[in-house]
Amino acid sequence: MIQLDNLTKVFDTPKGAVVAADHISMEVPAGEICILLGPSGCGKTTTLKMINRIIKPTSGKVFINGEDTSGLNTQELRRNLGYVIQQIGLFPNMTIEENITVVPKLLGWDRARYRERAREMMAMIAMEPDAFLKRYPSELSGGQQQRIGVARALAADPPVMLMDEPFGAIDPINRTVIQDEFLKMQQELKKTIMFVSHDIDEAIKMGDRIAVFREGRLVQYSTPDDLLAAPKNEFVESFLGEDRALKRLNLVKVREIVTDEIGTVTPGDTLQAALARIDDFGYQNSILMVNERGQPAGIVSRSVARTTKGYCRDHFQTVPAMVGLDDDLRKAASLMFAHDTTWLPCVDEEGRVCGQITQRAMTSHLGARFRPRQGDSHHPDAAIKE
Amino acid sequence: MPIQTLKGALRALLLVAVFFAGVWSHSSGLIDDFLWYLPDVRYLMGEHLWLTAVSGALAIGVAVPLGIVLSRPSMAGVAESLMQVLNVGTTIPTLAVLALSMSFLGIGTLPAVFGLFVATLLPIARNTYAGLKGVNPALIEAAAGIGMSPLQRLIKVELPNALYVIFAGIRTALTINVGTVPLAFLIGAGGLGELIFTGIDLYDPVMMLSGAIPTALLAIVVDAIIATVAFLMVPRGVNPNRA
Repeated sequence: MIQLDNLTKVFDTPKGAVVAADHISMEVPAGEICILLGPSGCGKTTTLKMINRIIKPTSGKVFINGEDTSGLNTQELRRNLGYVIQQIGLFPNMTIEENITVVPKLLGWDRARYRERAREMMAMIAMEPDAFLKRYPSELSGGQQQRIGVARALAADPPVMLMDEPFGAIDPINRTVIQDEFLKMQQELKKTIMFVSHDIDEAIKMGDRIAVFREGRLVQYSTPDDLLAAPKNEFVESFLGEDRALKRLNLVKVREIVTDEIGTVTPGDTLQAALARIDDFGYQNSILMVNERGQPAGIVSRSVARTTKGYCRDHFQTVPAMVGLDDDLRKAASLMFAHDTTWLPCVDEEGRVCGQITQRAMTSHLGARFRPRQGDSHHPDAAIKE
Repeated sequence: MPIQTLKGALRALLLVAVFFAGVWSHSSGLIDDFLWYLPDVRYLMGEHLWLTAVSGALAIGVAVPLGIVLSRPSMAGVAESLMQVLNVGTTIPTLAVLALSMSFLGIGTLPAVFGLFVATLLPIARNTYAGLKGVNPALIEAAAGIGMSPLQRLIKVELPNALYVIFAGIRTALTINVGTVPLAFLIGAGGLGELIFTGIDLYDPVMMLSGAIPTALLAIVVDAIIATVAFLMVPRGVNPNRA
């Protein structure tokens, strides 16, 4: 757990005092990723760096797992906080192994233990130990270097990680891969993480909570879904972008809005029966046909059912698309648009039909969470107290 | 392809020229004349190397720590102005430095070593400072963030990453040092300058050359030795020659 209590930084510049962080108070529960988000110069990096004293706080306190860190020696404090920076900062004079084992060595681990640890870390970041441990950072690609950067920060197994735009300098394709890998690692490791980002999409993807900063103040601190559904003021709203409703699609799983009720036909039904069922359920265009194992086998369209005689098994079309229960709504929406349809069958892990998802259900779910802003307050402190 | 042939032809031509130069110098008795100076060359070379070694070792011993101290963040205020002073110092001709040290310390080895020390000090201090200042700030931040103390940062991160530049400074300084030692003869410190300047005074080109050629060879050898040491000591990851 990380707890900040009225953390403040005032820089003395030739033009006068600049308040880079203004009484920041917040708490990151153990095992969660908190994203510090905001435009450049908003104080997010200053706040992060005050935690490990790269920047000395002017006032305020930092608690880690309930312990006031102001009593700790700086070096000792830092050795227990994993630190990843945007410029990666691998030591080019050291091999990958030496880079990863820097902190364990500082902590006085014995040789066998830290060498074993280096191999463990390589396995964790999915890089072949024998191929990479003896190489130098300059021989690796940017994405590989930052994986090593993360491994170095995790090597001594610190309970808390501080990450300063860690994936900002990596190309978009590699960034997505490394973000996914990192999230997978985090599911097992359950570190408490402070993560600076200026990328709203990254924040929504990575964060359990998002803290939005502006001009040294913490404007809003909430879960990604709440942030997108109910931005506290116009600044947050504009920072999130006009497509924030679409961004929420990433956060909602099909499972949450699927309806169990779905009318189906079997291959043995007559087209007459199919037409009757389409009308019973009020479907506009077509109905799903399932095989004996309950799996989607095709769709029977209303026009065919109305004009033709025979059995469903002879007059169906292939199923254009379906979604799984754990897919997000973004995929569902994309499939609907791609196949020009307003509903999709949902299947469970065994591929059996378990319901459907409609465009109507999606829009009403997203719409339901968009509450009107309370009081339209522009005072950030007021916004946080809620 | 034509360039390759041209190179080959030039190389053959050079070999032939060297061969004939050898034949000529032997037949004209030049080689025997040079060999006559061999005992002198041997003795003076010892003195020469001794002067270089003592002044060079002192200079490295003072300049590297000086560069390190000046590069510390706490010295940032004075470091730049002090480096400017050192830069101005570099522009003073070595002969003038020797003359100055003679007027304070008299004649002999001591003022020569001191003069050479001062002349060698500056490039090494400058490169040490520049090398350490040139270390990527991200590395230093990463080292600090990881929990290294300032001393650990210096030893494990800053120095290894600046070592190539520091060695470049030592290499330049010592090569110049070897070439400057002959001037030390002028204030009575010996070295191969004895043959060079006496040869000039006596209009004896053979004597002059038997001082000058070993000096040039020494400079090349010293340069090569330091280059080898640098090659071996600079960590592979930051050594452009071993990438």
